Amino acid sequence: MSSPKQQEEREVRGASRREFLKTAATGAAAVMGAPGAAQAFDFESFLQKNFRQMSDEEIDEVLDRLSRKYSKKYGKDVTVDAVGPMDDVVYGYGLDISRCIGCRRCVYACVEENNQSRDPEIQWIRVLEFEREAATRGIDMEDGNPYYDHETVPAEDKFYLPMACMHCEDSPCTNVCPTGATWSDPDGIVVIDYDWCIGCRYCMAACPYGARKFNWGEPNVSAEDINPDMHLLGNRPRSRGVVEKCSFCIQRVRKGRYPACLEACPVGARKFGNLLDPDSEIRYLLKHKRTFVLKSELKTNPKFFYFYG
Amino acid sequence: MKTLNYFWHFVMGSLAVVSRGTRAYYAWVGLLVLVILIGVGAYMDQASTGLVTTNMRDPVSWGFYIGNFAFLVGVAAAAVVLVIPAYVYNWGPFRDVVLIAELLSVAAIVMCILFVTVDLGRPEYVWHLAPGLGTPNFPHSMLVWDILVLNAYFLINYFIVTYLLFMAFTGQKYNPSFIMPVIFLSIPLAIGIHSVTAMLFMGLKSRPFWHSAILAPRFLSSAFCAGPALLLLVFQVLRSVGKIKISNEALFKIGELIAYAMAVNLFFLGVEVFTEFYGETAHSVHARFQWFGIHGSSAIALWTWLALACNSLALVGFMVPSLRYRLPILSAACVLAIAGVYIEKGMGLLLPGMTPGVLGEVYHYIPSLNEVMVAAGIWGIGVLLFTLMVKVAMEITVGKMRYEQP
Repeated sequence: MSSPKQQEEREVRGASRREFLKTAATGAAAVMGAPGAAQAFDFESFLQKNFRQMSDEEIDEVLDRLSRKYSKKYGKDVTVDAVGPMDDVVYGYGLDISRCIGCRRCVYACVEENNQSRDPEIQWIRVLEFEREAATRGIDMEDGNPYYDHETVPAEDKFYLPMACMHCEDSPCTNVCPTGATWSDPDGIVVIDYDWCIGCRYCMAACPYGARKFNWGEPNVSAEDINPDMHLLGNRPRSRGVVEKCSFCIQRVRKGRYPACLEACPVGARKFGNLLDPDSEIRYLLKHKRTFVLKSELKTNPKFFYFYG
Repeated sequence: MKTLNYFWHFVMGSLAVVSRGTRAYYAWVGLLVLVILIGVGAYMDQASTGLVTTNMRDPVSWGFYIGNFAFLVGVAAAAVVLVIPAYVYNWGPFRDVVLIAELLSVAAIVMCILFVTVDLGRPEYVWHLAPGLGTPNFPHSMLVWDILVLNAYFLINYFIVTYLLFMAFTGQKYNPSFIMPVIFLSIPLAIGIHSVTAMLFMGLKSRPFWHSAILAPRFLSSAFCAGPALLLLVFQVLRSVGKIKISNEALFKIGELIAYAMAVNLFFLGVEVFTEFYGETAHSVHARFQWFGIHGSSAIALWTWLALACNSLALVGFMVPSLRYRLPILSAACVLAIAGVYIEKGMGLLLPGMTPGVLGEVYHYIPSLNEVMVAAGIWGIGVLLFTLMVKVAMEITVGKMRYEQP
């Protein structure tokens, strides 16, 4: 946490920087002299600061601006909030691979809840199908098939491994980000400031779990499909050229609700809770089940646990 | 004030020099401008529809642009192969041509910066990286390190060549106690830019193919093949079109130096291949993809073997004195070395690193036409810049462009 003095310094620096940029941007627009381009160009969002450097008032301004912008765009009452982490909470996720049937309901629930682009298609959760016998050689990602397409699931002699962001404690993705556009919040959620990402995709190269997805083209969600309950660092609409990924449904869990994938799971394979609460279900599972994390040898310390039996 | 007045004449004189030339010069510049325009058009297409115009996708999220970037950082770093003998050992034949090597560095760095920029999803927000304006993630992100060293290397080289040419232009003797420390600083920086670029990949534990200590040494050794080879060809062209004197002795010496670099480069490659295949693990799948192809596709493997063949043949050409001292053979060896290193350090580095992806998917990436056109445009910009700078440098060196009292 920064001291009040540091905070003050930051704000002063921020103010002069903002003025400089405003002048520079206006100058650039004047040089280009294109009224059409200037109209489409959103100076306020262009000059927005890194989320972590904004004061509460500045965050409120952004939330207000985005709520109005999206309400107008989608013709419904959209609210964008930026609810912060709760005290004494670190989230953990558990997935029972002996129960998962590979139905992908979690995938579709996630897409709807988190406003993932329908065309081009982006899905934060990916379910890999494995031959049970193949796993006698250990879980090798290369044996996993994400494109399985059966009439009914589970298919015989197969098991399923759903994956999304592991919200690593030592997250390689946040470490490599050149602009500090992604970080781990105190409740352990790895978030992205979509307005600060420059789209270099270094985080995608660094993530060992393929959790991060890039908006190669213009993302599309229809007004009918859009989920109007949005979090600034979670499910609000993304722009072309930025990276996105699972946020543990930050817009839900910080208000005490479960992630959408957990609610959609028909077999109760998904568990979620506070790792700091000794009486939570997730702590019970970690204590009483056989638990593992993926690619533990990389020492990323995921907070997404798989268990069985 | 006097210096400023000189500098004004220097700039105007340079503009005058680049704007006149032979018919061949105009044709060459016109061709480059055409290539640049094609690239700009392709980039406008990319900028308006997104990186979907490339063939990069989530499993292979870096491709042709970053491959060219890695190759060109090597070209930029390779100037030291001439800088060290020329300035540290004061070896005459290299003193005459070292400026051109430094100009190549400058042009290569400009191309590097352009290649990284066109790879960005939102280049208009690149100021988020700038110290003071943005929030650069320093010292954690190797990309920030890379941007710092690349810019520093660019500024230093640019400064050195401008200073030396400016002094020659005004007929003054340059001040060694002022410029030599700057030149010496450029030597570790050259090693630095290439090491840091390698570390950008080596630091990724998610990608076993890159997560290897041999990557930085390999980057350097291959750079010291391709960069000087490129210079050797450039020198021969300049010798035939300009009045600049470049001795055969200098050319043969460069060839000899490339022989050492290529031998070391092939040794490093062999060490890597041995580790991957003798002690094969699940992680060796990337090397397997590189050398033999997996899941029915061996296109990349063909290129890998081709690169090996080019580099091995080039080694013979550079190593055997009776071959090296024949200029056509020396030139052919240069072409082979450039092609070999371009393959192994561009796509040969990028694609096996990302195929199969971290979740095991095999996405067979081939750059799109649009991607290739953007890349060609950047090469056009670099080559044009280099042509113009070399033209000025030559006219000053041979004494045709001089400050005259009005």
